[in-house]
Amino acid sequence: MTEEMTGAQALVRALEHVGVDTVFGIPGGAILPAYDPLYDSTKVRHVLVRHEQGAGHAAEGYAQATGRVGVCMATSGPGATNLVTAIADAYMDSVPMVAITGQVVSPLIGTDAFQEADISGITMPITKHNFLVTEAGDIARTIAEAFHIASTGRPGPVLVDISKDALQATTAFSWPPVMRLPGYRPVTRPHSKQIREAARLISEARRPVLYVGGGVHKARASAELAELAELTGIPVVTTLMARGTFPDSHPQHLGMPGMHGTVAAVGALQRSDLLIALGTRFDDRVTGRLDSFAPHAKVIHADIDPAEISKNRHADVPIVGDCREVINDLLGAVRHERAEGRTGDYTAWWTVLNGYKTTYPLGYDEFDDGSLAPQYVMRKLSEIVGPDAFYVAGVGQHQMWASQFIGYENPGTFINSGGAGTMGFAVPAAMGAKMGQPEATVWAIDGDGCFQMTNQELATCALEGVPIKVAVINNGNLGMVRQWQTLFYEQRYSNTDLQSVRRIPDFVKLAEAYGCVGLRCERPEDVEATIRKAMEINDVPVVVDFVVHKDAMVWPMVAAGTGNDEIKVARDMAPVWDNEDDA
Amino acid sequence: MSRHTLSVLVENKPGVLARVAALFSRRGFNIDSLAVGPTEHADVSRMTIVVNVAELPLEQVTKQLNKLINVIKIVELDPAQSVQRELTLIKVRADSETRSHVLELVQLFRARCVDVATDAVTIEVTGTPDKLDAFIRVLEPFGIKELVQSGMVAIGRGARSITDRSLRALDRSA
Repeated sequence: MTEEMTGAQALVRALEHVGVDTVFGIPGGAILPAYDPLYDSTKVRHVLVRHEQGAGHAAEGYAQATGRVGVCMATSGPGATNLVTAIADAYMDSVPMVAITGQVVSPLIGTDAFQEADISGITMPITKHNFLVTEAGDIARTIAEAFHIASTGRPGPVLVDISKDALQATTAFSWPPVMRLPGYRPVTRPHSKQIREAARLISEARRPVLYVGGGVHKARASAELAELAELTGIPVVTTLMARGTFPDSHPQHLGMPGMHGTVAAVGALQRSDLLIALGTRFDDRVTGRLDSFAPHAKVIHADIDPAEISKNRHADVPIVGDCREVINDLLGAVRHERAEGRTGDYTAWWTVLNGYKTTYPLGYDEFDDGSLAPQYVMRKLSEIVGPDAFYVAGVGQHQMWASQFIGYENPGTFINSGGAGTMGFAVPAAMGAKMGQPEATVWAIDGDGCFQMTNQELATCALEGVPIKVAVINNGNLGMVRQWQTLFYEQRYSNTDLQSVRRIPDFVKLAEAYGCVGLRCERPEDVEATIRKAMEINDVPVVVDFVVHKDAMVWPMVAAGTGNDEIKVARDMAPVWDNEDDA
Repeated sequence: MSRHTLSVLVENKPGVLARVAALFSRRGFNIDSLAVGPTEHADVSRMTIVVNVAELPLEQVTKQLNKLINVIKIVELDPAQSVQRELTLIKVRADSETRSHVLELVQLFRARCVDVATDAVTIEVTGTPDKLDAFIRVLEPFGIKELVQSGMVAIGRGARSITDRSLRALDRSA
């Protein structure tokens, strides 16, 4: 059935049809026509944020907590450009997101009109795809296409820029529209020949590792992964984007690999003879120097994006496909191998790995002066809050500690800015996650530097009834940068001291000013009571200012530009590797 | 490093050329030549892109291009199995004394004289890059006043068409 309506009404109707229930945004001149029918929608809730970057990260948090497409909206020009950081972040972490922006009226496009910016041109390299719509009749179809592209294949952000005159014009609306995407055919079914070859390598390997990335949870394949791991007995490492995809408590889990990974995870990759890389992209933060990364390993690389395969490391067995289908097919092929009497024996391998695990567990130093170690805060959060909550971090030391010292048991429960490393991600993303999972406890774990970039969204949380909890790990510094200055710039602390010890701003008062509860904790003995108090408050957001020692560092560490074998467990302390022949 | 000729079928939509060109520059690949124009199907344009890369980066270029939503199909054309042509227009100095020499060379290279003035002629020549280079070299002594060259276009030899199947897919989705 066809109905006459404005482009703006068609936009809102299309959003309702694709199942959108929450939109984060801020209105302005060019997008104004869309906000009028949005006001009447009973299905779409618009959340008025305080900065468009917050809208973007909130959409990301919503998307990652629910698996659905996150939606943000902004006006033309600066409204749209303020979304850019969040769009880039979503692109790097493959987060399904649709950004809708208003554009100046089509006759004015290209004239440097008021609040005009070529946002489709600007976001071309950081979107999976984008559209400029100047005809009301194209709006519904474009929205359908945008959601399809954002959510299928390798997920990612899609921007739809709509000129104001297209929103105002009248058009005939019908649903569903016919999509026209002749060049978009993501492959999800893996090739059976490659699967058989992978299974054969798995049987032959003596030191295999399941190297698991964010793609496994995106394919909702945690259960299948656990089945494969347990069937084969192969050790598992989970990257920053995959924390929780395999339970931390599982005896086969070696932890996170990479620059701040565990010795067991890094050592396993380095000594492996077969990497089974699933939904992961051999990022430089995992591999260190590529020429010395996992030098003895053959590589099975499965990813839904063919361009990731053999991009950084040659794949001996390339598998293009959705990780759930890949793992399911691998399970079948491995069972077949076993039925034929071919089974890998990894006993010697586990002896080596268990040695790494027991000799080099994650640890940290307490401070003699009674001040607080940030890692202790994480351990206590993990213990008291537990694995059913969502934890949302920004980028930096706090993010690494949150990854290392919180025990994740459930897929998708650690949300952070991985690829882009965006400061200011945590508070708005936690807001989005909480709106997507209103029953769940959501803790933002933030640094004092990150927190000061986007904490204005606390106002949104307070007013919209989104009771997130924020743990500000306040060391008064841009901590990770300071750590590098300590290690590589002769303790010359150029511009990393935020002077937060002077309480400018006072985070407790700031929280109160935003209508939140503000708590402060400065001593180890108060951590537990403070967290419990925060957990008791469920009607308004809570901000806890954890004042921690500024000299705490993230260990282990593989210094940038070096190989993974150069990992240090603490300053000037390298692990003693076993002889290669032991494995 | 070696030269590769890619035929890229793309949707005929605004901004597609910018997407392709920007992808090459941000991924650090150099385009030797690029030609774009319509095909037998109104909704499809064809780009012929010549890149100078090693084997592995070529695979990466192709895969990244394939990720562009507006790209329908990519085929690498083997020089031995395809016809590859560039077009060059050359304005060369030629007065009454030298004109006949120039015209002789035009004949030899099966080029065409498209404009004549008292002290210059303009020549149109098509061919492979090697032939055009050779032609330009022999004209240089006369004095080249202006030269403009198209990107390379290329088509596979034989009866098979690279557009057939992809265009059927396009018709289905329309």
